[in-house]
Amino acid sequence: MAVMETTEGVPPEQTQRWAWLRFIARDKKALVGMIVLAVLTLAAILAPFLTPYDPNAQDFAMIGAPSWAHPLGTDDLGRDLLSRLIHGGRISLFVGTSTVLMALLVGVVLGVSAGYYGGWLDTIIMRYIDLQWAFPNFIIAVYLVAVFGAGLSNVIVAISLAFVDDFARIARGMVLTIKEEQYIAAARTLGASDNRIMWRHILPNAAAPIIVQATVSVSYAILAEAGLSFLGLGVRSDTPTWGLILADSRSFISRAWWLGFFPGLFIMVTVLSINFLGDALRDLFDVRETKDLGAH
Amino acid sequence: MSGFIFKRILWAVVVMWAVATLVFFMLRIVPGDPLAAMLFDAGDPAAAEELRKKFGLDQPVYVQYAKWFGRLLMGDMGNSIYGSRIEVSRVIREALPRTLSLTGLSFLIALVIAVPAGLISALKRHSALDHAVTLVAFLGLSMPDFWIAILLIITFASGLHWLPAIGYVPLSEGLWPWFSHLILPSIAIGTPFAAIMARMIRSSMLEVLRTEYMQVARSKGLFKLRLVMVHAFPNALIPVVTVMGIALALLMAGTIVVENVFAIKGLGRVLIQGILDRDYPIVQGAILVVSFIFVFANLLVDVLYTVIDPRIRYD
Repeated sequence: MAVMETTEGVPPEQTQRWAWLRFIARDKKALVGMIVLAVLTLAAILAPFLTPYDPNAQDFAMIGAPSWAHPLGTDDLGRDLLSRLIHGGRISLFVGTSTVLMALLVGVVLGVSAGYYGGWLDTIIMRYIDLQWAFPNFIIAVYLVAVFGAGLSNVIVAISLAFVDDFARIARGMVLTIKEEQYIAAARTLGASDNRIMWRHILPNAAAPIIVQATVSVSYAILAEAGLSFLGLGVRSDTPTWGLILADSRSFISRAWWLGFFPGLFIMVTVLSINFLGDALRDLFDVRETKDLGAH
Repeated sequence: MSGFIFKRILWAVVVMWAVATLVFFMLRIVPGDPLAAMLFDAGDPAAAEELRKKFGLDQPVYVQYAKWFGRLLMGDMGNSIYGSRIEVSRVIREALPRTLSLTGLSFLIALVIAVPAGLISALKRHSALDHAVTLVAFLGLSMPDFWIAILLIITFASGLHWLPAIGYVPLSEGLWPWFSHLILPSIAIGTPFAAIMARMIRSSMLEVLRTEYMQVARSKGLFKLRLVMVHAFPNALIPVVTVMGIALALLMAGTIVVENVFAIKGLGRVLIQGILDRDYPIVQGAILVVSFIFVFANLLVDVLYTVIDPRIRYD
């Protein structure tokens, strides 16, 4: 035991802890992605202090082109577009991350249990996952909103459930290979419980592809939220979200291009940054292409 | 192989049954069902009771389910609960050609962009052109399709007045009117798809170009274009076909959103309007038909895959 302890928690692990940061710093695209995301996140958190106007404050400068007073222009009610977009980022980023966290939690628990125990549990879980796999995540989300109704909390639940299958499949696949490893047999011989083996021994070794999938999924979740809001199935109309601002602008785009341009630009820049980061992580962990399709 | 195809068809049938059943029960379990509102609107209890009978709601759920399922198999999806109580199957019959035209055209446009882009960037690896294709593909993947749609309208419809901004004209009224209404939405739907295809064709081509038989063919001094088109490209397409099912699904998902931007009354518009109106027979019908298209497309791709790659054997 003494030998194991000395090899376990010493310097190599500590230097490795920051290895990913160095890797990202070397990858130009990933670095840009990181910086943009950091700025967007900060702006969303500090939105009330940062924005020049209240996002819902109306004035008589209706449908104003971008100017010094309103850098991105104003909408049909004279509301400042920049302030609305910064506030909108709060919802988009919150929904994007919270839904993926929930999907990850549920998906990993389902996938790990299915892969570890096998048998009828595996059959039941995977039959359901296969069923969901037959449809793109966005469509599943639309179906679920059709059932639950629109609104922020329903949208979060719908998107979370729609993304569960991606995580369950990856987690199960990883467990199936890892559980045959010798160190798992060793842990079992030492009397480790099933729970301990699953969550302390298998899961950390299955983390890489799950992290990559989670990163990519955040971008799809943001697109899904924007899509649902755009279709009128998302949050209530007095909350500015990127998708909703874009939807509201539709009647005015023929005379106010900025209303159609900037909200989409915010979405694209965010999603692009996450994709850059996801790509770098995929290289770092040497993970083959995950479900890169169908999540729109 | 026929065993595999049979199993695959069986699974497709099971998926469709499961979707139908889930849709039936979920729309009845959730609170605030639209029929309740309708019954309330009816005012007096006697009228409500009559409506309840008319829709068979006085019977146990399993009887309702059996009846509903039986009618569904006959192609009867019920009637809209609003206005003229139009038949759901009629609404869908009118919507389907629009959605299929749109999906088909976006598929073609995406291929026309993606195949040359993917080929060139694989053959000229690490060139400026390759980097440009990669960057554009990244952008294409990151742009929401409804935003591309809006940008296209701003530019080509309200800006340049080259093309109509909204609506749909059936093919029977002429090729150009039909095409001119569909081209902008098709580009919006096809762009993310083209981005994915280009990336996949590129990486798949690179893999094929590294194989031994390509090295042999090259050492025999085969003409380069022939080498690429006859030997490399068909083999590079095999992995592309495997994800075609998912890719087609992506196109359909795009169609559902983009129809709403261009006010084209296809399946997507019908589905979303149905959800907003809480017109559940319409929602139910639209979900079933959209799901059927997905399941069928996936089935087709799987079968196609076993045909084009004889090495694949399923047991």
